[in-house]
Amino acid sequence: MANKEWPLYEVFIRSKQGLSHKHVGSLRAADEQMAIDNARDVYTRRSEGISIWVVESNSVFASDPNDADSLYEPSNSKVYRHPTFYDVPDGIEHM
Amino acid sequence: MKEHNIEVLERDFQAKIDNDIKIEPKDWMPDEYRQTLIRQISQHAHSEVVGMLPEGNWITRAPNLRRKAVLLAKVQDEAGHGLYLYSAAETLGADREQTIDDLHSGKAKYSSIFNYPTLSWADMGAVGWLVDGAAIMNQVPLCRCSYGPYARAMVRVCKEESFHQRQGFEIMTTLAQGTAEQKAMAQDALNRFWWPALMMFGPPDEDSKHTKQSMDWKIKRHTNDELRQMMVDITVPQAELIGLTIPDPDLKWNKEKGGYDFGEINWDEFWQVVKGNGPCNKDRIETRRKAKENGAWVREAANAFAEKRKLRNTKKAS
Repeated sequence: MANKEWPLYEVFIRSKQGLSHKHVGSLRAADEQMAIDNARDVYTRRSEGISIWVVESNSVFASDPNDADSLYEPSNSKVYRHPTFYDVPDGIEHM
Repeated sequence: MKEHNIEVLERDFQAKIDNDIKIEPKDWMPDEYRQTLIRQISQHAHSEVVGMLPEGNWITRAPNLRRKAVLLAKVQDEAGHGLYLYSAAETLGADREQTIDDLHSGKAKYSSIFNYPTLSWADMGAVGWLVDGAAIMNQVPLCRCSYGPYARAMVRVCKEESFHQRQGFEIMTTLAQGTAEQKAMAQDALNRFWWPALMMFGPPDEDSKHTKQSMDWKIKRHTNDELRQMMVDITVPQAELIGLTIPDPDLKWNKEKGGYDFGEINWDEFWQVVKGNGPCNKDRIETRRKAKENGAWVREAANAFAEKRKLRNTKKAS
């Protein structure tokens, strides 16, 4: 058991009430509670956060960068999804 | 993979770098780029970790509570910086245990500055002022490094490290304004750390075999000699301001180049220390090895406790 490598955890911190948790880095720990404790010591020493999430890195399933074109290219041609696509006559306000 | 495919991949990769688009862990990258980064990031991580030792030496003997709290906070930061960097190396596929074992076996290097002893309290001042000063000079451009995780780790490190240099300079200033003995102590620390601090930027450009490729890959943004010159130009006026003398008889302002000319660096000494023959090389590695061995029972206990907690939680749930 001594040589068992601790799992890697991804650490997310909410910097203040009203903001979402943001990925800040990763660390190794024996379990989730220890990951939280270590994240507190490493990532919030200067009041960077008020809430911590840890997720075992193995549980993160990520998209493949090679699929980037097929995944994100289609939205490039759909400029009509942005408000700047539309002509608004002069004199119209608050739209 | 077919050969022309590799060519296309390499071309696309370099195009990204040339356009200042960051490389992220899952992106394709040439194997040498990966290996260069693993070597550099793990060496950097080791330097943070070994760098705790010369300062740890003085924590129990800090002259007052304020200095002690500051030094503790600084050393704790270095541990955190080691962690950020080991994690960044892991995103490239480096194995954490193996990386640390490579340090302990002597296979991996770390900054040779940490193989010099810290003989007096003034050394805490010199280390913060000069060693952290040189480290910051190196690390600020690394915040724009082409590899995303390394660049992000550097942003955190630089933000946290800005107090490290100031606290060192504060120690030097206080001593320099103190009694004759205190001022002599500060001068002695400067005398011993000045040249090793300039060596921290690595061998001169003509002898630095990795510089050209690292600059093309935007891992490095300035050459060793450029950074060294910046360090000298910034530091000399700081020493003058607090009445200390840079231990270099050849130091003089060169109006034409807008910087200082400075004396020859003893590169024999540098290579001797890199090869393991510095004053503290053996001691540093021995301390690291013992720390790992003596901490084994703690890691074992943490595993046992994690198991127990898991069991308890499943029982509660059922």
